Amino acid sequence: MTESTAPTHGFDISAMDRDARQLRLADETVCLEVSDLNLYYGEKQALNNINMRIPKQRVSAFIGPSGCGKSTLLRCFNRMNDLVDGVRIEGKIEIDGEDMYGPHVNVAELRRRIGMVFQKPNPFPKSIYENVAYGLRLQGNPGKRELDEVVEKALRGAALWDEVKDRLHDSALGLSGGQQQRLVIARSIAIEPEVLLLDEPASALDPISTLKIEELIYELKDQYTIVIVTHNMQQAARVSDYTAFMFMGDLVEFGDTDTLFTNPRKKQTEDYITGRYG
Amino acid sequence: MKDIKQWFRSGSPWVWLNAGAVTASIVMVAALIMLIAVRGLGHFWAKPIFEAEYVEADGTTIRLIGEIHDSERVPAERLRDKGVAVAQGVETIQRFLVKTGNRDTGGLDFRWALESQIRERHFPEELIALERYEWGNFYGYLKSVKESGEIIAEGEAAWPELLTRLQRVAELHQQIKAIEKVEIGAVNYNMERLRLRGRSLELDGEEAGSRRFVTLDEERAVLQREYEGLQRNLNELLHQVERDSITAEVMDGRIVELPLAQVVRAYRPNAMGMFSKIGFYMSKLWEFVSEDPREANTEGGIFPAIFGTVLMVILMSIFVTPFGVVAAVYLREYAKQGPLTRTIRIAVNNLAGVPSIVYGVFGLGFFVYFLGGNIDQLFFPEALPSPTFGTGGLMWASLTLAILTVPVVIVATEEGLSRIPRSIREGSMALGATKAETLWRTVLPMASPAMMTGLILAVARAAGEVAPLMLVGVVKLAPSLGLDGNYPFLHLDRKFMHLGFHIYDVGFQSPNVEAARPLVYATALLLVLVIVLLNLAAIAIRNHLREKYRALEH
Repeated sequence: MTESTAPTHGFDISAMDRDARQLRLADETVCLEVSDLNLYYGEKQALNNINMRIPKQRVSAFIGPSGCGKSTLLRCFNRMNDLVDGVRIEGKIEIDGEDMYGPHVNVAELRRRIGMVFQKPNPFPKSIYENVAYGLRLQGNPGKRELDEVVEKALRGAALWDEVKDRLHDSALGLSGGQQQRLVIARSIAIEPEVLLLDEPASALDPISTLKIEELIYELKDQYTIVIVTHNMQQAARVSDYTAFMFMGDLVEFGDTDTLFTNPRKKQTEDYITGRYG
Repeated sequence: MKDIKQWFRSGSPWVWLNAGAVTASIVMVAALIMLIAVRGLGHFWAKPIFEAEYVEADGTTIRLIGEIHDSERVPAERLRDKGVAVAQGVETIQRFLVKTGNRDTGGLDFRWALESQIRERHFPEELIALERYEWGNFYGYLKSVKESGEIIAEGEAAWPELLTRLQRVAELHQQIKAIEKVEIGAVNYNMERLRLRGRSLELDGEEAGSRRFVTLDEERAVLQREYEGLQRNLNELLHQVERDSITAEVMDGRIVELPLAQVVRAYRPNAMGMFSKIGFYMSKLWEFVSEDPREANTEGGIFPAIFGTVLMVILMSIFVTPFGVVAAVYLREYAKQGPLTRTIRIAVNNLAGVPSIVYGVFGLGFFVYFLGGNIDQLFFPEALPSPTFGTGGLMWASLTLAILTVPVVIVATEEGLSRIPRSIREGSMALGATKAETLWRTVLPMASPAMMTGLILAVARAAGEVAPLMLVGVVKLAPSLGLDGNYPFLHLDRKFMHLGFHIYDVGFQSPNVEAARPLVYATALLLVLVIVLLNLAAIAIRNHLREKYRALEH
């Protein structure tokens, strides 16, 4: 833990045991590289010329006021925006050097590599077991034993196993909101994606469930590149290694979380984190 | 004044108005059901038979035996015009419709009788009523029971003897029916198939006397032997059943002889207590729902009509559900939402408003003549010129009704699809599912309750439809059911009976209107019951599905 002399603006940036080394964005391996990305909803431009490099096996958080385009940017990473009518995308996003908007990209395959968890828990109306097995069943017909193993591993990975192991075949809709959200995370990690996109995963949850999700994110970052959108700055400060601040469709600043919250380079960033607007 | 204004402002008038409308609807539905239930179910009750002296208009006195079927009041004026002596000062006179039965001896089995002309009405316990396979009911006094012309029992002893012999006759009838319908039916069916195979060999240019013809002939010989054996058994049974007969005295004093083989049921309504009447009622009711019709549909049961209705509705459901669902999925999920899609949607919705007879005409022209005719040319040339699918039948009737009801299923399914939350679809896509996989694994199962709703509406509409069916396959009397023990078990080319058409047929086309009228009500009641049962079954399935996918309604 490095001592920071700069003002902290009241954020508890050491709430979690951040890696005991200096984080520098320039030194990280790049997972997702965004170049000159513009996105339009019909005539309206929602993202303006975004350039950024999301580091591998780190937690990157996107913060910013409502409507700033952070969720839109996140949804570009697994091409979820393709499902929205009238969306036009210019520019390039590469995952491990491959253009994900290229002409021969298999979108389903891409989404398998880049999992996503949504704001509202959205378990399928099936059993807990079947929810976790869903992604695997899509890839063929795995044997029962293999499936059992994967389901258990994924549920353990999402810190849900102990709570549901006796009722795996009950409906997932009987779980609490927080459990449902962890189930959705389990469902995503069951197919072992490289990247996990979290779109305000805790915004619909109570504080205890939120804490559990945050602990989970902390545990998952060893294996996955995690990108999280949050409107909660404390949360970003607690869980992320790097933070991007977005405003009105622009990427204002992207850097390591400690620096961004304690010593932002841009005036806009400072105004936002000190609560002057947003 | 102010109070009234206040009362209007409070909204009470509206509450009263709404409640009144609901009450009126409920009363009307209840009254409808009550009416058809009372009129229809009363028919099966054993009514007492009276005997009376009756003074005819010309002054002669006759003996009248029968049951009172109906009554009405007629103005005395009208009777005076006809020359009937009516006391002065009498405005109206009660008049009874008497069912005298005995159509074979008396010519008519109903007649009107004025109450004022009836003398000494009494209900002797010895009067018997016989339900027969032909000529309607028989009423009279039992005189003796005979076997092969020899008197076995007379007087008091005759009645018990009659019952025991009737029992024996009924058993024999059962055996005869089993042989005729099932065994000989199967032999005939196979004979016909052999004939068709022979014919198709001829059409293929097979030479006469070749091996395959010889095989056919051998098979035919086997069937022929089987048939002859059955025929011998049948003759033996027929001989046995014809031994017994009775003699009885009828209304006008003649003694007639009746073979017991013609009698379905014998009873003495005036001697029956409450319990035996209830038992009688139950057996009549059971006969009504489980037996074939007799005497041009005016007697017996309506089982083939129930069976035909249910089978047709089930087939219709099997055709309409996949078709409607697939169409709805395309319209809602794949088609680009624009003016064209909107137009198609409006067109589909309007299809539901086309009069059903139009679908009947379409079914006749397209399914029966075009499709059926071509199918016959291609696959059943051996049966021509008699059509196989080129005439109305179960298949075309079900398909016609499927077309009639497909808009309902499409609309309901679309509604269901549009209610599946976007988050569920995205959740599935985010796991690497394609759109088709998402639909198949998640969206369609979740929309299944809505599909069932569509199916329920479709069933409700289809089961009550009569007009189009008359053009595409319904008949007054179908010799065999659409589903039986002969390969291939489900005979889609067969014509069938239908409850709705049965009502129409019995009510309008019956040779004996008075006898048939209660059956109209009874059949209507049964039709309502069948529709209710079909609907309840579908609703039960839907509720089960709803419970299963009670998703994300927060």
